[in-house]
Amino acid sequence: MNPRLFPLAATIGIFLLACLICVIQFPYMLSTRVVGNLLTDNAYLGIVAVGMTVVILSGGIDLSVGSVIAFSGVFIAVMLRDTGLHPIIVFALLLVVSTSFGAGMGWLIHALAMPPFIVTLAGMFLARGAAYMLTIDSVPINHVFYDLLDDAYVLMPGKGRLTLIGVVMLLTVAVGMIVTHRTRFGASVFALGGGEAAARLMGVKVGRTTVLIYAFSGLMAGLSGIVFSVYTSSGYPLATVGTELTAIAAVVIGGTLLTGGAGFVFGTLIGVLTMGLIQTYIVFDGSLSSWWTKIIIGLLLLAFILLQKGLLRVTVSKAGA
Amino acid sequence: MLLTITSLTKTFPGTKALDGVDFDLAAGEVHALLGENGAGKSTLIKCLTGAYERNEGLITLEGQTISPRSTSEAQALGIGTVYQEVNLLPNLTVAQNLTFGNEPRRFGMVDRRAQRRQAEEMLDGYRLDIDVSRDLSAYSVAIRQIIAIARAVALSGKVLILDEPTASLDAREVETLFAVVRRLRKKGLGIVFVSHFLDQVFDLSDRVTVLRNGKKVITERTADLDRVQLIEHMLGRALKDDVVGHAKAHQAGREWPELLKFEGYGRRGHIAPFDLSVGKGEVLGLAGLLGSGRTESAELMFGLAPAHSGAARDADGTLDLSSPRAAIAAGFGFAPEERKEDGIIADLSVRENIALAMQARRGWARPVPRAEQLRLAEDYIEKLDIRTSGPEQPIGDLSGGNQQKVVLARWLAMNPRFLILDEPTRGIDVGAHAEILRLIRQVTAEGMSILVISSELDELIAVADRVIVVRDRHHVAELTGPEITTDTIVRAIAAPDRETAEVPA
Repeated sequence: MNPRLFPLAATIGIFLLACLICVIQFPYMLSTRVVGNLLTDNAYLGIVAVGMTVVILSGGIDLSVGSVIAFSGVFIAVMLRDTGLHPIIVFALLLVVSTSFGAGMGWLIHALAMPPFIVTLAGMFLARGAAYMLTIDSVPINHVFYDLLDDAYVLMPGKGRLTLIGVVMLLTVAVGMIVTHRTRFGASVFALGGGEAAARLMGVKVGRTTVLIYAFSGLMAGLSGIVFSVYTSSGYPLATVGTELTAIAAVVIGGTLLTGGAGFVFGTLIGVLTMGLIQTYIVFDGSLSSWWTKIIIGLLLLAFILLQKGLLRVTVSKAGA
Repeated sequence: MLLTITSLTKTFPGTKALDGVDFDLAAGEVHALLGENGAGKSTLIKCLTGAYERNEGLITLEGQTISPRSTSEAQALGIGTVYQEVNLLPNLTVAQNLTFGNEPRRFGMVDRRAQRRQAEEMLDGYRLDIDVSRDLSAYSVAIRQIIAIARAVALSGKVLILDEPTASLDAREVETLFAVVRRLRKKGLGIVFVSHFLDQVFDLSDRVTVLRNGKKVITERTADLDRVQLIEHMLGRALKDDVVGHAKAHQAGREWPELLKFEGYGRRGHIAPFDLSVGKGEVLGLAGLLGSGRTESAELMFGLAPAHSGAARDADGTLDLSSPRAAIAAGFGFAPEERKEDGIIADLSVRENIALAMQARRGWARPVPRAEQLRLAEDYIEKLDIRTSGPEQPIGDLSGGNQQKVVLARWLAMNPRFLILDEPTRGIDVGAHAEILRLIRQVTAEGMSILVISSELDELIAVADRVIVVRDRHHVAELTGPEITTDTIVRAIAAPDRETAEVPA
């Protein structure tokens, strides 16, 4: 097997193992209701993690996304409250704003040759601050269109609900897979992650690609914000604090190399679902404290970092032989 | 001629990297470009590939004047380059690497099957039996080099520049690579071959051009040259008498009291175990071609790369040279070859650069008082005649020769017993050159021992009491007294390789 597939195989293996453990302990977990909830509850995380995957594949990081999601929710709620605009127009406006925001960060990273960590850290504070400027309260969303979105689901056999936002997440993952693995842009992302000097020699337009990468992440964060606002029916400037780190964790557990250049968008989906599954297990158990989720995610992360390090050593020694 | 370069000049602040260099390349020819570090090889290549813009001169390709501004522009013109490393992306598949930027697409998506087919077509004729859908990292460096060549040829197709392509290959892999290069030559490509392996140059090239200090020394048919001549051109007589001064009176049989002794000192992959004794007040010279193990020997002695075998002794017993810190404690000093990168801290002042090693020895808890630093700096500025506006001027603003004097001052302030100077006169103007040689003579007269590494044979002859010749990472000869002449050194360097020597002709 291609060694590049090992982390993905490990991710899938761990996910299946987790499923098995859950089902053995709580046979009721094997139902379409759980599946439906898993997709719905993690839809916003899955979407933002797709953007994060692209960023990390290029060797970068985007710390701003959690704040951008919160800003998006507040932006939508305030716009719907204070203007008569239709939600679809508000969504479109928001996506333009969040995408431009990401593109701006990408431009700064390239033009000033600044580490993405610092630039997106500044973006994180900026977006959170902008959300506070709009309102400091939780703003409920009452709009007929939102009721429509909330009620949009397909009843699966077994009474599980496949909601619209769950489907949006799955579609986003599919689009992310195509963009990353089947386009020239995707190839440039991998090239940047493999090494900027070599990428430049191969003819990658580094500046353009960097701007596009962070713009894509901004777009995903905006979309995730829309989904989150549908999920919570409100906008709150203090929401989704730390979500950027959860997304990074999902990407790494999904088998993407944190230093860039190797990974799969599909793995990120599995990473998100694994984390969701742990959460569900704890809910089913009822007696476990929710911080066990954090501990297990921490252990999984550590395991994956070790796996990647070991893998790197294997490939290096093989190339040296 | 396919490619003609006339009186190419490229200057950087303070140095003239290329000075009126002529070069030409015919279709169906392998033209080797030779020279030591800093001779101007890479500058010439960078002017060709668009990484640098030339100051003066003309480059014509098939009769058209060209001025490429980027690698991709040079590629589009027909000039492709394969470097020693960093050519391709190991995290992509072979097919992705080969077709990068020209991927076949269907409905806006990369068509994987067509991509594989296209990659296989590009590799057709290179006699590689590899699976193009595997990661590049699955293959050896030699195969990666051939893939890089295939990509460069497919994209450019007129001129192929090979910049030290064999540096990390073994003999069999080199042969595979050369077979590819020969086939490409037959197809009519013009190939520029940069290498410091002379055997490979004789094996592969039709003509040779030697650069030295940014100037062209000769262009000659390879068949009309022998090794001795070639090495003489690379290292030989270039210094004027006023630089060298009166040559050292080499007396036979002069003895120095022994200061240090290295026994069986070596490190796998760097330098084979060697024995070396250093006399008090003696100037040792280390001669050899680039990559022969000159610098490696110095790094080993200074603890930059700890020895795997052997021991170093002085009169009091075994010395610990496991790290530069330990070596400094043992009274060693080292002025490295890459002065700008390893020798100076450009943003710090002359005073701070001089006080650096002394401060390091005292530890951070006991800072050298500012007044003492200043006194030290002023002292050496005067003693070594460092041309600076004052002790507080950033060292990066000084000329190469004056920077080197500051590095020397740093070590002299420590009063080491054994000082290693790696290419101390590289990139230094003529006046400073002579001063540094004078300084070496002066401090050794006061009892310090010095090891000088140099690619200028004249320089070694002028200062060294004993010359060690390094070849293929072995110390192969030791010349003393009247034996030290350009001729004997060149002959020792040029002696046939051990492998060929063992095989009866």
